Amino acid sequence: MMTTLIETKDLTITFGGHIAVDGVTIAVPKNHFKSIIGPNGAGKTTFFNLLSGQLSPSKGSILFNGKDITKFTPTKRTREGIGRSFQITNVFPNLTVLENVRLAVQSQRGLRYTMFSHFKKYKDFETKSIDWLKLVLLDEKKDSLAKNLAHGEKRKLEIAMLLALETEVLLLDEPTAGMSLEEVPAILEVIKKIKEQGNRTIILIEHKMDMILDLSDSVMVLFNGRLLADGTPNEIMQNELVQSAYLGGLHDE
Amino acid sequence: MKWTYNNRANAIYFIIAAFLLLLPFVHDSRSLFILLTQVFIFSIFAMSYDLLLGFTGIVSFGHAMYFGIGAYAIGVFMKRYEPTNLNFVLAILTTILLTAIISFFVGLLTLRLKSHFYAMLTLSLSGLFLVLAEKWRTLTYGNDGFTFRVPEILKDRTDFYFICLICMIAVFLILSRFTNSPVGRVLQAIRENEQRTESLGYQVLHYKIIASIISGIFAGIAGILYAVSLRFVNTSVFALDITLDALLMTIIGGVGTLVGAIIGAGLIEFAHHWLTALAKEHWIFERWIIFFGIIYILAVMFFPLGIVGTLKSINWKRRKKPDVKKEEKLAG
Ligand SMILES: Nc1ncnc2c1ncn2[C@@H]1O[C@H](COP(=O)(O)OP(=O)(O)OP(=O)(O)O)[C@@H](O)[C@H]1O
Ligand SMILES: [Mg+2]
Repeated sequence: MMTTLIETKDLTITFGGHIAVDGVTIAVPKNHFKSIIGPNGAGKTTFFNLLSGQLSPSKGSILFNGKDITKFTPTKRTREGIGRSFQITNVFPNLTVLENVRLAVQSQRGLRYTMFSHFKKYKDFETKSIDWLKLVLLDEKKDSLAKNLAHGEKRKLEIAMLLALETEVLLLDEPTAGMSLEEVPAILEVIKKIKEQGNRTIILIEHKMDMILDLSDSVMVLFNGRLLADGTPNEIMQNELVQSAYLGGLHDE
Repeated sequence: MKWTYNNRANAIYFIIAAFLLLLPFVHDSRSLFILLTQVFIFSIFAMSYDLLLGFTGIVSFGHAMYFGIGAYAIGVFMKRYEPTNLNFVLAILTTILLTAIISFFVGLLTLRLKSHFYAMLTLSLSGLFLVLAEKWRTLTYGNDGFTFRVPEILKDRTDFYFICLICMIAVFLILSRFTNSPVGRVLQAIRENEQRTESLGYQVLHYKIIASIISGIFAGIAGILYAVSLRFVNTSVFALDITLDALLMTIIGGVGTLVGAIIGAGLIEFAHHWLTALAKEHWIFERWIIFFGIIYILAVMFFPLGIVGTLKSINWKRRKKPDVKKEEKLAG
């Protein structure tokens, strides 16, 4: 029943002399919810960059559905079914909010090389995009340019674009970072809903551990690029190594 | 709201097009028609450049190479063979074929080269064509170039005016459609954020190549019309000035808007014409490139969006206020 969807083997990347991700080996089952925690600079985002293909590892490999995807481009990985959102907001600044999401929907529907029919012809793309925007409570801003959004709103757009891709795997890099406190519950609710649908594999990076403990099936802890611990939320809470390293790190902030 | 804006814009375009189409029937000033014909030709060229610069965000300094290929293709065909309609069509097909092949490979280079390296490379590539045109004397007659005869249908200035006007309108309509197609929308996404476009699952290189080829072909067509208008071609069609003209036209008119490219072409061509006339009064006006430099600097400083972009943003601000009130009413 627990078929493995994503597997990393000894995944390592070095920048100059600095080892940002150091021999990480994990296996994520299908439809699993995994959280990644770790102090600043632990290598969490870098680990995502390796999974989504923005960076290629110095050593090690990544398997998706048993297939080696280590050499795949980001484009190809998205098409295989690995979608991601970015910690540092990464949208199309001079396009409208609606157009940002519509482009994701267009890709999801596989409409990639149609050159001479008008984009408005695909009316349902727009309807679908508005649905996604509603889900993240951003539909009222659909006609604003993305660059004019407040920081928290950009974060929501980022999530809507990821969701619109409807990929099997969702990599969420600190989705709620920078949102105002009132906005966070709504976004967590969205993530919870997707989890409850039960057909997605979600990996989530989060700083605020307490927020995601009850959502997660498992939690892995990165520290200095190394995998410090990987287990159920309870195991991680009890883990002394984590207590001293990660929680100690938290107090440094 | 958007709809009414588009409709009003369409109405204005329609009126201007109708005016230009009727002009020869009510007015006849040979020099004005020649000047307007140049405007139409350079509008096509500037729109093709804007597809790269304004829509896809590719900076090329070698756009003159496609223009020159078109110009030489027609010149050589008309000179070496009889100036018949068939040969004219063959020259067009040759231009399309050559520009498509070359722009395919030039587009492929965007894979390896990042922005300014790419710009430099295209600059030297078009330089290569310039040298080729100088050295291949049997075909090009070197630096001095050559005159040639044109088919009967292109002989009349008024007819040629109509042909160029219709070509411009056609290119405008085709490119409007194209830039609003699903592919065109992805081009604009690439301009905004290439990496994100990739992670949405689009193969960025394919789109850059598509943009490069379409842009190259239309630049070649502009080159054909240009050479026909002069009935002469020499190496100046490959010169950097041609590319710079396109750059100025798109930036002054407003990057990322096809109308901007047309307005820019109009302004530059008219300014060029007046400055040349003024040069008889004072030598300083001969250095018109200085004036264009100044205009360019002023435009970038005060109208970074170009003429069309600035107009659009003014419109938008004016409309915004009543809109907010409406929303408040709905909410309350
Ligand atoms: N492209 C890069 N080039 C050089 N060094 C990098 C690069 N990307 C990341 N690093 C370094 O790798 C280390 C890990 O960074 P990473 O962004 O993965 O941390 P993180 O765990 O996501 O931290 P945060 O919680 O602050 O987001 C840091 O020391 C960072 O400076
Ligand atoms: Mg990070």
